[in-house]
Amino acid sequence: MTMPDFLLSAAAFVLVMVALGLIRILRGPEDVDRMMAAQLFGSGGIAALLLLGVATEAKAVIDVALTLALLAAFASVAFVQGISQPDSDDSDDFKETRGK
Amino acid sequence: MTLALAVDIGLAMLILAMAGWTIAVRDTFASVIGFVTYGLLLTLVWVRLAMPDVALTEAAMGGGLTGALLIGGAARLRRTEAAVRTERPGMLTRTLAAVLSATVTAALAICVLNLPDPAPTLAPDAAAKLGSTGVGNPVTAVLLAYRSMDTLLEAIVVLLALFGVWSLAHDRFWGGCPQLRTHADSEGILAYFARILPPIGIIVGVYIFWIGADFPGGKFQGATILAAMWLLVIGAGLAYFPPISQAWLRILLVAGPLVFMVIGFAGIVTAGAVFAYPIGFAKPLILAIEIALMPTLVLALALLVAGAPQRMPPQ
Amino acid sequence: MKIAWDIFTIVAVMAGSFFFLAGTVGLLRFPDPLTRLHALTKADNLGLGLVVLGLLPQTHWPLDTIKLIAIWLFALLAGATVGQLMACTARRGGGPPK
Repeated sequence: MTMPDFLLSAAAFVLVMVALGLIRILRGPEDVDRMMAAQLFGSGGIAALLLLGVATEAKAVIDVALTLALLAAFASVAFVQGISQPDSDDSDDFKETRGK
Repeated sequence: MTLALAVDIGLAMLILAMAGWTIAVRDTFASVIGFVTYGLLLTLVWVRLAMPDVALTEAAMGGGLTGALLIGGAARLRRTEAAVRTERPGMLTRTLAAVLSATVTAALAICVLNLPDPAPTLAPDAAAKLGSTGVGNPVTAVLLAYRSMDTLLEAIVVLLALFGVWSLAHDRFWGGCPQLRTHADSEGILAYFARILPPIGIIVGVYIFWIGADFPGGKFQGATILAAMWLLVIGAGLAYFPPISQAWLRILLVAGPLVFMVIGFAGIVTAGAVFAYPIGFAKPLILAIEIALMPTLVLALALLVAGAPQRMPPQ
Repeated sequence: MKIAWDIFTIVAVMAGSFFFLAGTVGLLRFPDPLTRLHALTKADNLGLGLVVLGLLPQTHWPLDTIKLIAIWLFALLAGATVGQLMACTARRGGGPPK
């Protein structure tokens, strides 16, 4: 087994692993559990892309992984902020439409 | 069956399952999480299809802005969601919707099945003329030399979308500041994160923009990364959106398309056709357009996520 | 020497893959959000970290190597931030305020 073959098998293995983790998205029970599965899938995806990129000497794939890693926390941060909005800070717009 | 084929089949099944679940699930937040994961899967699929340019766009858009945009929307809709859920559309509406969806799906399937095989391609021509454009990445050559009209219209569409969002502003907030719905703690972990990451993120964004001339990358992907960094700083409460009445903001927003149009129409005089570049000047002109478009795209994308102005600037 | 680096790659990548396996098992089997978070951050830090470490000898110095290290540092930073934020959310119930 050559080195690229080994790296590709490892990429497939990692991908299968994190894809199984997506069962957590189905099961929940809370949204935060679902977000964890998405986060794990992101990390696994980055690892798989790196393994693939190095195995096939595709430099652009490493840039894709770099972009994903840079923005890895972005969706989760937006999620945590969005979900923890207390009901009290209704935007003015909303209060008005509801008042009418 | 080779390993690569097995992975491809697995990815295809997974993406179908994820898409189905994202539509079927009733909770908006869960659905958005499904969609973010779906975007990650799409990135992997584009890499497997050997289209790193598209994969890079999907990684930046799907991983960064789309998720934030949808989560913001879901947070805004949350209070009305319970009321919406109790309403069930009538049988007629549901039947019509089902028929319409089935028709569209069938039409798409017929189109895909009837595509000529092998597909007609302009790729060899695009590659053959690459030398005359001065850029090394054929995708950039298509976007800014062969089909630059499309790219100009795309940039204008992004601007029009932003004007559409702004037009939703309440009269008394017109010209005010958009706001992210945050409750940030300036000493918290998020503020720390938003201080550390953006300086490196800006380098990566500019790098992705810069290599776009010769390798997968470009202004759109770079601009998305920069917009995400700006949103992160604002989301952590370390900065605020400028009022949309600011002159510098409006100038930067129109500068990109304007420079693009000026260079495009100057082509009539200098090269004999609209959007033609004089021989030998293609590369610097393409670069000028990209650099002018960059701030336009960064501002427009970030402000699209931010939504309509919600407060007046402090006096 | 090439052989030694290759063996290093194989060992590190396999160890990294093992942490993804462990992360998935933990995410699926652990009983509550905080323990699941623990499994997730292990996969983030060690899984990706070991994969990156293993790939380093196979990459071209300097640009690709630096990119790989940067990816791991981004993942560490993201993992630490997201871990804290998600733990806060999980303690409040893990979903939208009722």
